[in-house]
Amino acid sequence: MNFLHIIDQLSAVDSDALDRLDTRRSVFSSLTTVAKRTALASAPALIASYFSKAYAGTSAGDAKDVFAYALTLELLEEDFYKKMIASPYFSGAPTAAQGAINQIKKHETSHVALLQKVLDAIGGTKPTNITFKSATFATLTSFSAQLTIAQLLEDTGVRAYKGRAGDLLGLADVTVPNVGTINPLQSALQIHSVEARHAAHIRTMRMQSSWINGNGDLDGMDHYKGAIPESTTTQSGVNLIAANSITPNTTYTAKDAQASFDEILTATEVLALATPLIGA
Amino acid sequence: MSDHSFLPAWREQSLGRRVFLRVSAASAASVALIAAGCTDTTTTPTPADPYQLALPAGDSGLVYYAYLMALAQTTLYQKVVDAPPTDLTTAERAVFADLRDHEVVHKQTLGYLLDTTGATQLVPTDFAFNLTKFTLSTRAGVLAAAQQIADLVAAAYPVLLPLFTTSSVPQRTILLKMSSVQARQAAAVRDMLMPGSFANSDVVDSAGQLLTKTPTEVMTALAPYFAPYVISVASLAVPV
Repeated sequence: MNFLHIIDQLSAVDSDALDRLDTRRSVFSSLTTVAKRTALASAPALIASYFSKAYAGTSAGDAKDVFAYALTLELLEEDFYKKMIASPYFSGAPTAAQGAINQIKKHETSHVALLQKVLDAIGGTKPTNITFKSATFATLTSFSAQLTIAQLLEDTGVRAYKGRAGDLLGLADVTVPNVGTINPLQSALQIHSVEARHAAHIRTMRMQSSWINGNGDLDGMDHYKGAIPESTTTQSGVNLIAANSITPNTTYTAKDAQASFDEILTATEVLALATPLIGA
Repeated sequence: MSDHSFLPAWREQSLGRRVFLRVSAASAASVALIAAGCTDTTTTPTPADPYQLALPAGDSGLVYYAYLMALAQTTLYQKVVDAPPTDLTTAERAVFADLRDHEVVHKQTLGYLLDTTGATQLVPTDFAFNLTKFTLSTRAGVLAAAQQIADLVAAAYPVLLPLFTTSSVPQRTILLKMSSVQARQAAAVRDMLMPGSFANSDVVDSAGQLLTKTPTEVMTALAPYFAPYVISVASLAVPV
């Protein structure tokens, strides 16, 4: 992928966005009040701010930083599942539940190994000594209490990868010894999709819907909030739960509008959630 | 489980209502002519094949591609919701209602990205995802069909997103937000068909990455169901 070519193309951002917003006028064609027209006039600024947030990162375009960040979270998850499997509550869990946790732990170990190799290949610094705080783990005095944390870790992981995807866009392929040639963004998204499958399964184990629709028992937690919360029902500047928003004669429910899209968390938001869990 | 209540308003719009893909064989041929424009060879126009559809080049082609996948999903899930096999449990029917709802939102959102006015016919009026090759009269058949399609679409997204190379931040962002929902859907369907198979080794590689499918692989897999229409992904960004 030609990076200079992408920078060149990025210069077209503004005109393209303006075209899109102009045609969006049709959506508001039925609106007549001054107040609503004012809302339309201010839309470009709002949308621009929205998307810059969606692609925010601590150091945009720095693959070393993104992969070190990802490795930190994967190490935390891996250690959490290690502790879960070693805990006295694990052997009392149903066989199928044990199998699922073993499977997920195996993937987290694979993610750790892959990310370590990627960081070696690109000359990044590998975080070490990232473990789930034992004192915190000790407060989880049942298998179901542990599953609660597992759900939060997985759903947060999905949002964390999503929040850094923009930082990897357009980065050149990397040759990783013992792995092969990977595209940094595609590889991160492949891991992210596996995290989403983990999240869906753990949610099912907890009798929750596989998707985040606002009705979950943990949906009030900070893990589902942030600058762009999971409760978001506006996409690309369009309020999906307004009548006729994207489909004539149709009003979508907030529950379905939320569940159809997983939102990002910024690195700052994720680290605020994860850091208290990291320790000896 | 879900407290989903069936909303008639959610029903799939008939394909004739808001239809897509205006790129016909004629315009595909003109693209070929432009591509050949640096030579002085006289090209004899070939008769347009009304069933030949080419995805546009660039980012709109990628959105069209995602739109067609969402169309396939909505068609399948709507059918299951309309005519569930008798052995599909109440809880499973609720999951399918959710799948249908989410994919309708995805399809309509993608259609909106392609044409905010809704005035453009995006695909021919008789274009459809044909379900006759699936066995939708039994639970096992329904779940097998759903798993095939859900896994296919989930595998498409990690490849699709990096292909956005231009300024289409809104499109990219929307598709990114859909991608993990596709993964959740596929996991949910797999767990219904075979509990615990949410991320088996047939969909996850040894490095813990989701196995992917290119646009060419996805459209080849979907081709029998879109027939007699034939969809070309040749104009999409490489690798396709």
